[in-house]
Amino acid sequence: METPQQERKMAIPEVHPEHKEYWDATAEGKLLVKQCESCGEYHYYPRVLCPFCMSDKTKWKEAKGTGNIYTFSVMRRAKPAPYAIAYVTLDEGPKMMTNIVDFDLDRIHMNQKVKVVFKQSGDQDNPGPFIPCFTPVKG
Amino acid sequence: MSIEGKAYIAGAFEHPKRLVEDKSVAAIHAECAKGALEDAGLTLQDVDGYFCAGDAPGGALSMVDYLGLNVRHVDSTETGGSSYIAHVSHAAQAITAGKCNVALITMGGRPRAEGKSGVKPKKFTPNVPEVPFEIPYGPTAVNEYAMAASLHMHKYGTTSEQLAWVKVAASHHAQYNPNARLKDLVTVEDVLHSPMIADPLHLMDCCVVSDGGGALVVVNQEIARGLKRPLIKVIGAGESPKGPMGGNMDMTYTAAVHSGKAAFEEAGVNPAEIKYAGIYDSFTITVIMQLEDLGFCKKGEGGKFVADGNLIAGIGNLPINTDGGGLNNNHPTSRGGMTKLIEAVRQLREEAHPEVQVKDCDIALVNGIGGGLGSRHCSATLIMERV
Repeated sequence: METPQQERKMAIPEVHPEHKEYWDATAEGKLLVKQCESCGEYHYYPRVLCPFCMSDKTKWKEAKGTGNIYTFSVMRRAKPAPYAIAYVTLDEGPKMMTNIVDFDLDRIHMNQKVKVVFKQSGDQDNPGPFIPCFTPVKG
Repeated sequence: MSIEGKAYIAGAFEHPKRLVEDKSVAAIHAECAKGALEDAGLTLQDVDGYFCAGDAPGGALSMVDYLGLNVRHVDSTETGGSSYIAHVSHAAQAITAGKCNVALITMGGRPRAEGKSGVKPKKFTPNVPEVPFEIPYGPTAVNEYAMAASLHMHKYGTTSEQLAWVKVAASHHAQYNPNARLKDLVTVEDVLHSPMIADPLHLMDCCVVSDGGGALVVVNQEIARGLKRPLIKVIGAGESPKGPMGGNMDMTYTAAVHSGKAAFEEAGVNPAEIKYAGIYDSFTITVIMQLEDLGFCKKGEGGKFVADGNLIAGIGNLPINTDGGGLNNNHPTSRGGMTKLIEAVRQLREEAHPEVQVKDCDIALVNGIGGGLGSRHCSATLIMERV
């Protein structure tokens, strides 16, 4: 059995003031995460204040863009086509919600190595920010 | 200060309808309030505390005015479907502190009449901090819980057959409930052959969508003793929210680990003493994980625990959701905590259907997971004793 992933219209995210850099970066094909200069922890999704120590010394860092699948589910009943929701553990540590794309949905598995790819939200008439998704890589 | 023994559930009412086309959400709340007060033998004028959650249209201010209440304490704690379990605890706290003596808790809604479904993507809500980082990915109630199920299967070897046993038990109970949304007995095979919604959850792993609601009346000891109803004492409670925590998440357990521990400690009882449990069955996986996290079985052995009818009254060791639960009976406005409390009260009063009434049911536990297990949820636990 094979369930090819099809392009899906993604909802356009609301851009909060403190996330402008994040969305500017996704348009250039870069995934940013926040790292706290006070406690050293990475976190995701990005906050102004570190959720681990409440320091305001949180800085954007470009993530390597690689990680592995923590868990996932293929939404079979979705219209117009099935899609895979997942959490990916980034190599930097944090887990993030995402979609697994550009891959046979029936061959996705736990701990699979993935890399980031970007898909534009909205549609041609109303394009939105680019959204970080992941696709499996060999090895 | 402990709430142990300070408050009693005197009134409980479940709306009999599962499709409400002819009344508003506010009217459903009012009918449930009336039903619970009549069940307790109290009147509108007796109520001096009001509790509601996010389903209450216009919130506590609109509802207090609509219902004609004159109260000196309000609480609109919103933790999804577990809200009402937390409300009973908060009512007991308010009663303990002398802030009110007769607390009314209402809930209700009409998602069927309004054409809502759990399969549709969540609505976009402005200003909610995580929404921009989740909504593009199409999270729904089903696929978020499905991710928790996938992980449980991967880590502990839980099977689809084991998940199905939770539904089989619910259908066993629902056949005796004339108001149940689904009354047909189903088998493990029926569940496995039902359409796949979001891997690994089939249609029959999912709760029903239903209209309706319920209400409870919580009173102080003096008032409870003056009423003609069995004394159902609140002896312990706990609540705990849990989420992805900045990316440092562990989806293998629920916050029932914390809320359950707090409730058992306050009540001074252990899981082996619980005769009946109301466990929020939003999905079959939710039950398995709560049973583990509350200590009814070891972590990772929930699948084995529920198999072979262990949750069926008269057959198994831990009967749960003897009204048919959210999987078969009722899941009003997709918030399962209230109906779990109501059936637990029926069990403690020995007013459950004779076919599912648990013998010598003196201590019962109710646990709810509100929100999403695959994102943010709040577990609330309540332990009650018939005295």
